[in-house]
Amino acid sequence: MSEIPAQALPSGYSRALGNINLALWLPAIWMFLLLFTVAFADFLPFRGPTESDFTALKVRPSPEFFLGTDVLGRDIFSRVIYGARISLTVGFFAPVIGMIIGLFFGMIAGYYRGKFESLVVALIDIILAFPNIVLAMCILFFAGATMANLIIVLSITSIPANTRIARASTLVFAKREFVLAARAQGASDLRILLLEILPNIILPQLAYILSFMSIVIMIEGSLAFLGVGIPPPTPTLGSMIAQGFSDINTDPHITFLPALFLFLTVLSLNLIGDYLRKKFLARQGAL
Amino acid sequence: MLHYIRRKLLHLIPITFAVTALSFLFIDLLPGDVADAIAGVGTDNAVVDEAVVAAIREDLGLDRPLVVRYFSWLADAFAGELGKSYQTGQLVSDAIVLRLPVTLQLLVMAQFLAVLFAIPAGIVAAYRAGKVTDKFVTTLTFAFLAAPSFIIAIVLAFLFAVILNWFPATGYVPFSTDPFENLRSFVLPALALALIEWPILSRVLRNDLIETLQENFISFAKAKGLSHSYILLRHALRPSSFTLITIVGIQLGNLISGAVIVESIFALPGIGTLLVNSIHAREMLMVQGIVVIMAVAYVIINLAVDILYGVLDPRVRQ
Repeated sequence: MSEIPAQALPSGYSRALGNINLALWLPAIWMFLLLFTVAFADFLPFRGPTESDFTALKVRPSPEFFLGTDVLGRDIFSRVIYGARISLTVGFFAPVIGMIIGLFFGMIAGYYRGKFESLVVALIDIILAFPNIVLAMCILFFAGATMANLIIVLSITSIPANTRIARASTLVFAKREFVLAARAQGASDLRILLLEILPNIILPQLAYILSFMSIVIMIEGSLAFLGVGIPPPTPTLGSMIAQGFSDINTDPHITFLPALFLFLTVLSLNLIGDYLRKKFLARQGAL
Repeated sequence: MLHYIRRKLLHLIPITFAVTALSFLFIDLLPGDVADAIAGVGTDNAVVDEAVVAAIREDLGLDRPLVVRYFSWLADAFAGELGKSYQTGQLVSDAIVLRLPVTLQLLVMAQFLAVLFAIPAGIVAAYRAGKVTDKFVTTLTFAFLAAPSFIIAIVLAFLFAVILNWFPATGYVPFSTDPFENLRSFVLPALALALIEWPILSRVLRNDLIETLQENFISFAKAKGLSHSYILLRHALRPSSFTLITIVGIQLGNLISGAVIVESIFALPGIGTLLVNSIHAREMLMVQGIVVIMAVAYVIINLAVDILYGVLDPRVRQ
């Protein structure tokens, strides 16, 4: 843009440029770079995440080791990327499964009301009574800490909120005229739920999904930190942070660099999610 | 009012049954035999005697039908008997009672600090809604919402224990030994929990306050010439704090999750540390006991919050 003289631009143009929403674009760029690196990590010239170089233990960030090495001489950057791969995979699938289950129960509860609704509400209360990390920890430890189990356990923790949101929005739309009209035309309940109500409530539901992703990524990190996540040698952000913690006095970078990656990723998801939520929900309100 | 409380108490009964049944079942339903797991079958260096497994099975009464076992377990649980550790012989109830005060102190101090941060932050943000101060507070809450408890905890440990050396990073001192040292050892863990809790409280309070500040009685108070701080604190705060109180109850589950992590980082001998250690040691009965106590505590505290809510806002009782 610099080659265009400012006075050649229509007034307001430069103001529009100055108003680029940094709170949206910076996190979007971070997520794009991270997703790209994570997706193509196998083809990029990284050191193996579990390869030890015993001549380079606990190296500070340097040209050779971009983020330094850990206590076993493993490249922190490569481990962070492979660790983020686990966080992002779990962080994607668990909220999506939670959303599908939540939509199913929430829509039925909000549409049919009555006994089933009371049952669903009670079930949510029951799931919420188990603190999510405690629940996940116990199930994972006794059922085995595999990727599949991790996804199942974390999708359970995102069911209650998803069900509540789906139920609340179904309640609103089930009373609208077009639903009444569809029913007057003899449409079946299934048709009304899938073709009339679902298209209306799916956007607000999706607007929350990035927040759930960030919560799931935080829980996955906490579980790995406590030593009940995916077991070593597979690197995870949480386990890297836990491993570095004993050397925090002398080599804080081993702990804080993975922590920074986790923090920035969660922050980015929250910021993008917040933007989308405002956009979708405002549109919804204007209808 | 009494009718409202009775209704809430009646609601408690099925929930308690369900929660205890789940705590009981989920150890039972998981893959693998409980007796095998307690005896250590399947672990790396176990040489397990078949007779030991049979003895444990006999001891737990695992040959009885599931429903019978549940009700006998529930009856024992109500009597405070949750079984004993198979490794140390310690009673589960004794272990929990010994560590409960530590966790309670942590939770109370954390919740207190969180409210202490959240109320001024929420008031300032609402009073200056849309202005720079509000944006600053909102950004700050956003940053803290993105930090998992274990990251906040290690940052605090690094800053205040390693670099500044103001507070101990680990080491618990009982209150009866040295009250001052006891409080000092709780500062960092409680602060870590408070820092994950306050953004939620502050945002809720801000939103409710903004709504309240548009009410007629606030305009009237302004017209009377009352000072802004008096209006904010004496007129607006109370009607704006209902959601805050509910959230304090709902957030308890998160706070307990956070306590598990923070306790293990700062080596506080509370329920959370007990849970983590018991899981790693495969102490099934200990885990089961802790989980059921946490779940029932959550249900009861939320009931208390519901009742408190009804006391504060008569409209809820209908």
